Amino acid sequence: MTGIVALLVEAWAELRIHKTRILLALIGVALSVAALTTVVGLGNMAREGMVQAQEQSGGRAATVSVEVFSATGQDDPAVLQAAFDALVERYAVEYASRRMFAQVPFQFPHGVVATETTVVDRSYGEMRRVNLAGGRWFTEADAAALAPAVIINEAFHRQLGGPDLTANPVVQIFQQRPIAARVVGITPDGYEGAMPAAMMLTSQYERWGLGGEGGAPPALEMWVPADVEPALSAAMTGDLQAQFPDAHVNVYRSDYAAWGDPFEGIQWAVGGIAGLVLLLGAVGLLNISMVTVKYRVREIGIRRSFGATSGRIFFGVMLESVVATFVAGVVGVMLAVAVVKSPWVQELIAQGISELPPFPVEAALIGIGAATAVGALAGLIPALVAVRVKVIDAIRY
Amino acid sequence: MSAAATGTPLLELHDVTRSVHIPDRDPLHILQGIDLSIRAGDHVSIQGRSGSGKSTLLNILGLLDVPTTGELYFDGRPVSSMGEKQRAIARGARVGFIFQQFNLLPGRTALENVMTPLLYARGSQFWQRERLAARMLERVGLGDRLREKPHKLSGGEQQRIAIARALVRSPRLILADEPTGALDIDTGQKVMALLDEVALESGAALVTITHDANVAALAQRHYRLGDGILNAPELAA
Repeated sequence: MTGIVALLVEAWAELRIHKTRILLALIGVALSVAALTTVVGLGNMAREGMVQAQEQSGGRAATVSVEVFSATGQDDPAVLQAAFDALVERYAVEYASRRMFAQVPFQFPHGVVATETTVVDRSYGEMRRVNLAGGRWFTEADAAALAPAVIINEAFHRQLGGPDLTANPVVQIFQQRPIAARVVGITPDGYEGAMPAAMMLTSQYERWGLGGEGGAPPALEMWVPADVEPALSAAMTGDLQAQFPDAHVNVYRSDYAAWGDPFEGIQWAVGGIAGLVLLLGAVGLLNISMVTVKYRVREIGIRRSFGATSGRIFFGVMLESVVATFVAGVVGVMLAVAVVKSPWVQELIAQGISELPPFPVEAALIGIGAATAVGALAGLIPALVAVRVKVIDAIRY
Repeated sequence: MSAAATGTPLLELHDVTRSVHIPDRDPLHILQGIDLSIRAGDHVSIQGRSGSGKSTLLNILGLLDVPTTGELYFDGRPVSSMGEKQRAIARGARVGFIFQQFNLLPGRTALENVMTPLLYARGSQFWQRERLAARMLERVGLGDRLREKPHKLSGGEQQRIAIARALVRSPRLILADEPTGALDIDTGQKVMALLDEVALESGAALVTITHDANVAALAQRHYRLGDGILNAPELAA
């Protein structure tokens, strides 16, 4: 216990005495760590942003899509729906949603327009990270309500005259008779000049008979753990094929990671740059540490004469470096967090992302860990040099 | 059991030699056939010219170096049976060094310099290092200069800090290498008087290596080292 405390006390005293030299050395380390942490942090956040964008378009990893096409083209949606429900229950799938694309006749100020409508279940919002520009996603109450709830895109909203959602605006659907649909949310347009589009719940789509006769069969989407997906897909295919022997059953992964992680390359590139930055910092520190040990040869000899063992000298020199770089690492990480969390950088990252990713904890840990490792590495060679100092020669140095 | 308790010598050298191998030349014999016995409370001086082997002998006595042949007993224990770590621990606990050039650590105050050896101590010596160092500085008359850095002090004051530092762990052996070499005569005498006094007070053995006859005269036994051979002792009158 005394030995460890004494080592720390000695290391701290040395840092205090040589503060100017150490400060200069540590500015380099802190900047290296800040650069490393910023690169890793930004890289991870950018990756997270890209993943979010991909998840919005194709679902999270692993999203399994199930489609059943009969050879005759005469599908009974009710039978298919029952089969899908049974599948979700049998395999205890937590997140599942039907998905169907339909043309729903909405009333616009200039007339009724068949509008592209995505018909989904409530889980779809979470499964696809649906990004809302205003309002809210579908709730359980929406599914139970008599009047259908719809979420429209910004183009649709503009064409309606931009009504305030808090005023519970209503849009008419023209089927055999007009249906008043409540607008509960707004999704951002995917691109400039987007056409009006809407989303509604499957249960209400069916209740109001919006599909009519011979509509497109729904597909089923499920979000399942990636490790069980291959076995699950195979089992579901067999299951459905047994129920629909004459149909073409298609069970496949539709998410971005279906063919491996597409961001692996980016991650390697970011890692490579980070490693290079750190290496430069380490070389600078090593250089200063070597010069310092040469300068301190006499002092090391004097300490040996007081009874400092070679182990104590070794760990003393090493710990000085580690303690100093740890402090530099913490400063560097704080600097990196300040940079990454600055409004300008946040704005850049936030483009097209529903949830702004937090500063990655692993980037901070990598920064501090790398600083400490650099300290240990940069301290190792000077510590070995210090141990090899001949006491007698050192005192006369 | 320590040497003091048993009456055995603190340091005993039997036919100690120290040679250095020089490539393509005959070995250089720095010390030859040294026999020496030092007990607690002794004050011994070793005189010799430059290059006579004084510092090498001091390094062996202080466990900083080991004999090439012969045996050195420290506190009754053969040094040849001690590893580097054990020698370092024994040196820290029982030997205090005073150097000609003071060898104070730059950038540290007088108090920090005196506290330094206590960083290698265990138990209460470590935890009470500040108090012990302050007390020792007071003992050498520098109680009012605790926070001064050495470069602001005179040569005599710096050597007094070095004495306080050498004595702060209550060593049983004080090795002084030309302790007045960097001081004027008057200051040198005062420093030696102080060193003699505190050594006597603590009961530690004091070995002074010097080329100054006046400093050597303060010891109870005088040795002369010439060409690596230690001559028979002369007792003080």
